[in-house]
Order: sequence, then structure tokens, then C-alpha cells
Amino acid sequence: MIELRNVSKTYPNGTKGLSNINLTFEKGEFVVIVGLSGAGKSTLLRSINRLHEITEGEIRIDGKSITAAKGAELRRIRRDIGMVFQSFNLVKRSSVLRNVLAGRVGYHSGLRTLLGFPKADIHLALQALDRVNIAEKAYIRADQLSGGQQQRVAIARVLAQEAKIILADEPVASLDPLTTKQVMDDLKRINQELGITTIVNLHYIDLAREYATRIVGLRAGEVVFDGPVSEATDERFAEIYGRPIQEDELLGEKAL
Amino acid sequence: MNARTKQLPKPPGKLKHALTFVIVLFLLWGSAVQTEASIGRLISGIPNMWDLLKEMFPPNWAYFDNIVNPMLDTIRMAIAGTTFGAVFAIPLSILAARNMVRSPWVYQIARFILNLLRTIPDLLLAAIFVAIFGLGLIPGILALAVFSVGLIAKLTYESLETIDRGPLEAMTSVGASKLQWIAFGVVPQILPHFISYVLYTFEINVRAAAVLGLVGAGGIGLYYEKTLGFLEYDKTNSIILLTLAVVLAIDYFSTKLREKLL
Repeated sequence: MIELRNVSKTYPNGTKGLSNINLTFEKGEFVVIVGLSGAGKSTLLRSINRLHEITEGEIRIDGKSITAAKGAELRRIRRDIGMVFQSFNLVKRSSVLRNVLAGRVGYHSGLRTLLGFPKADIHLALQALDRVNIAEKAYIRADQLSGGQQQRVAIARVLAQEAKIILADEPVASLDPLTTKQVMDDLKRINQELGITTIVNLHYIDLAREYATRIVGLRAGEVVFDGPVSEATDERFAEIYGRPIQEDELLGEKAL
Repeated sequence: MNARTKQLPKPPGKLKHALTFVIVLFLLWGSAVQTEASIGRLISGIPNMWDLLKEMFPPNWAYFDNIVNPMLDTIRMAIAGTTFGAVFAIPLSILAARNMVRSPWVYQIARFILNLLRTIPDLLLAAIFVAIFGLGLIPGILALAVFSVGLIAKLTYESLETIDRGPLEAMTSVGASKLQWIAFGVVPQILPHFISYVLYTFEINVRAAAVLGLVGAGGIGLYYEKTLGFLEYDKTNSIILLTLAVVLAIDYFSTKLREKLL
């Protein structure tokens, strides 16, 4: 369970990133966060695993405050939170397997990871790759893969991490419509089969409606909508965006 | 027509160029006077140069037997110096890179140390180490190591600051410690560059090591001093030719290797 209590973020130049956010995400939910770019979607997501610091309030992960955590305790909490990025964030020169194994480092001491991973970890990493259907690419350099394949490697890294929560920050923004569907399907399947709480930032509202169990709308750093997909009508979206829905906010019928 | 020509912009004045020329000329003339250099002296020196060249040829081929070992010593000095330098350059380059450490204090101090190391000429370093450790290879190796740290760390930290931040962010998000963060996010990105810089430094060090013997820091340089002192210019020529051959060979292979890396 993730709890955000009175979370605000003010940037040093005075800009409000997030203002007074109160949200609770239950285990196993598939939440999609929507909003215009600059609405604070990415800031909100990165506050949850403290890639960004918040200036007020508190965020608790399964009862433990990540806001107050330091050093080893912070790393321990982060270990349980996997993150998928828009630009995949793989080490391009390393092999696919090594990129996936990087998800395991939180379970070992620094020295152990330098000496090489235990057999069990390698097995786990290969299984994770198999779950996203690219096990045969394990020993290829990451930059040899297409964008969609690279994003699936990033998802495998999160699986190998045995994360309880997945945060995905615009995971399909740099992918074409077909691979977009494959990656979203992977995320949805993992959410359902393993019960991993999944929070995804999305730009396309039709994609949000198709995959989410719950939609959160952000506007200028504030929560302006929070409810099930059935309530997220075109009119509500127009409210979230502050204007009618535009063509480029729809992925298109034919891809879905 | 006439009105239009009036509107054309005027070229900027040439005064700045003329002034620069005068200043450069003045500096040149002043330096020549102060160092007592003149074209006349250069011309009157030509016969001496010619005499020297005549004595240098033919080179004393038999002398090669004596200088192969010192030449190998020179290469060994360069290898040892570069290796020690590379090892110490690793932590220093990380401390000097703005995206690796948060505190400006740390990277400013690290950069200050690196700048200091690179300002000291290697011959001066060698002379200082000879004074401390006595004649031999050790002061030469130390001098090269200090010089290498400065150069390798400087090149490496500049490359470090340009690496992709994405994988670093990913490593933070999986809960990596600082050591793991470096091992998995930084090292794979920087390693080819680092190896290339080490090879480049090795090339420079072979050339530098060849003259370090002049101040008693071991290697082939000692033989330059000896043969020049005894006016055995044919032997000096043999040393020059051997040095040239070795330096060219090492430069060639190192350049090829570096091309493969990047």
C-alpha cells in the first residue's frame, strides 16, 4: 500500500510541482495517471521512490516512511519498488542479461555483486526475460535491440528485482502503436498474475481507459480526478485537461 | 542607386589587427634581445651543426648491444608508471566529476589537485624523486605515475560528465549502494574511454621516459648524457634511431588499439 499524505513539492525557483496531494494506492491496483505535460505526473511518480525529493508531507510504502528513510533503509524500500522509464535507461554497452541482473543488486553486498551473481539470480533473470518473451536475447548487447524489446528488458529488470510495486513513467511514449500495445499488455499481465501494484503515467487517454482499473487526473500539480475508468468520461477528461480532448491524445482505434 | 550604397554597412576598422601585429612583433623582438638570439648567430652556427651531423654518421651499430636493455628499462618504466597512475586516477576522476559527487567542495578540491599535478613538468618531478630516492628506475616510475594520474584523471572525469544519466537513475531506483551504482551504471559506460586514455598516456610516457635518464631517473636517457658527454656522437645517433623506432612502433599499435575500442 502506498500512502501520500499532504504531499507538496516546491522547486527552488518557487514553482509549485505538486500541491497538497492525498492519495492511497491499494495492493494490486493498476492506476493510470493522466494530465497535460507539466501537470506533475512525472514528479508525482518519482516522489514515490524518492528520485525526486518532496518539500512537504509524507509518503509511506507498506507503512514505512520513505520520506524519513536514510541510507540502507532507503535502499531497502527502493528495492521493493521497480521503475520503468520512457527512455528505457538500460546500459547500452552491457548485455541484456547483465541489465536484468542489475535489478538484483539490492539483495547483495557490493562485493558479492562485483564477484558475480549466484546461480539462482541468473536463473531468476532468465525467467524474467522469458516472461516478457525475449529470453533468447539474453546474451546480446542491449543496444542491438529495438525500442520495444529494450523496454521489455527494462520490465524484466523490474521482475528480477522482485518488486512489489511498479512505477512506469511514460513507458510507451517513445514506442510505435504496435509495440505500445505489447508493452502495455506485458505490464497488465504482470499486474494480474503477480498482483504487483502498478502505477503508470500515460499521455494517451484511450490507452488509459483500456488498461487502468483506476484513473488519477492531475492538473497543475493538483489531483482533479480520482476514480474508476467508468467515471472517466470524455467530459471528465476535458475537465482534467482544461480543454476538449485533442486528436494527438488518442492513440487511435486501429492500434487497440 | 546612390542612396542604396550609402546604406551598406561599413567594414569594421582594421586597427585591432594592426595593433595585434605590432604587439606580436614587439614581443618577438624583445624575446630575441633578451635571449641574445639572432639570425646572424644561427647562420654562423651552421658549420658546427654540419660537423656534428658528420660525426653522427654512420651510427655505431655495434652500440645497439649496450642500449637494448636500457631501452627495455625505459619501456618498463613507462608501463609501471602508467599502470600506477591509472589505478590512482580511478578514484580521483570520480571525485572530480560533477555528476558523481554532490558536494561542490569535493570536486573542486579534486580538480585543484589534478591541475596541480599537471602543472609540474615531468623532468622536475623526476629530479625531485631522484633527490629523495636516489638514482635508478624508481624515481622515474614515480614521476611518470604522478604525471599519468593528472592526465588520465582529467580526461576521464570530463568523459564521466557526459555519460548517459538514465542507467544511473535506474540503479538508484533498484536500491543500489554507491559502489553498485558505479559498478553497474558508470563502469560499463566509461570503461572503453578509460582504456583509450590509459593507452594514450602510455604513448606519451614512453617518450617522456626516454629523457628522464638525463636527470638520473634511469632508462635510456642516461646513455644520451653519457655519449654526449664523451662526444661519441655516432653512439648518440644509434640511441636516437632506436628510440625513434620504439616510439613509432608503440604509437602505431596503441593508435590501432584505440581505434578498435571506441
